[in-house]
Amino acid sequence: MAFSSLNEFFAMGGHAVYVWAAWGVTALLMLVIVWHARQERRQLLNVVKRRVRRENAQRNAQPSHAQPLQEPVTSAQKDVRHDA
Amino acid sequence: MWAFINKLRSPKWFYAISAKLQPLFWVAATLLLGVGTIWGLVFAPEDYQQGNSFRIIYVHVPAAFLAQSIFVSMAVSGLVFMVWKIKVADMAATVMAPLGAAMTFVALFSGAVWGVPTWGTWWMWDARLTSMLILLFLYLGVIALRGAFSSRDSGSRAASVLAMVGVINIPIIKYSVDWWYTLHQPATFTITGRAAMTMDMWAPLLIMVLGFYCFFIALTLMRTRSEILRREANKHWVRELAEETN
Repeated sequence: MAFSSLNEFFAMGGHAVYVWAAWGVTALLMLVIVWHARQERRQLLNVVKRRVRRENAQRNAQPSHAQPLQEPVTSAQKDVRHDA
Repeated sequence: MWAFINKLRSPKWFYAISAKLQPLFWVAATLLLGVGTIWGLVFAPEDYQQGNSFRIIYVHVPAAFLAQSIFVSMAVSGLVFMVWKIKVADMAATVMAPLGAAMTFVALFSGAVWGVPTWGTWWMWDARLTSMLILLFLYLGVIALRGAFSSRDSGSRAASVLAMVGVINIPIIKYSVDWWYTLHQPATFTITGRAAMTMDMWAPLLIMVLGFYCFFIALTLMRTRSEILRREANKHWVRELAEETN
């Protein structure tokens, strides 16, 4: 171990500001990235699920000539563009 | 070979196979980053010249490696998309860009913070620093270009071309420390060259580098899967799958 006490560890031999700023920003950014990826996945799954549920309900309501309704645009869908 | 390429064409196949691979890389990334962090921050000896500020190397070098590797991966994905029209390659390239930009930012930020106690300045317009800043702008350019078209396909092709052209910056970054006079030291970390560093400083760095790479692979798999959900939301198999997943 390079340090003899916890205080010494946090002080980083006088370089605390630099070491903790660099490590802190890196760690924070990586955590935010993972958090965002999880949110994104959850939201996209919900969008598909909701759409399936709505279309099933619609099909049951009017068994003949059922037309899929236009979906309201949710935030997860904003980026959905159609392939040219 | 063709069978493999044809499989890659199918987002459904990729979605299934990535589901199996993804946990392995998350576990590996967590373990490697955990061990590397404790080893690098607590157990590695302090540098005889730089003291403890050298511990910044354990985030700076892996981030800088990733920043460059992700750009190359993005360019290769762009090429695969352009040549074989494989959509999954384009989806992967889409999700790689923001992570690459983030890693470039981390490399620049940690470098600037490290520069203050070591060089006495946080920034200098020298070859290595400037070419890394250009890399950040290239990433932002690729992201902006992709979003600038009303048709997705045009955006994908434009982003692929910019990535393929921009990849010329990567050898410039790599050799900048040898070609020009620069404040930045030449490569400290090589797979074989332990001469530049003692073993007890080098080992945690290797672990951190591997951890960052696993993180990149895990996140790219995860977000490519999300991108498939986004783009293929109307496909039958995606609907069935969404009903099964909780």
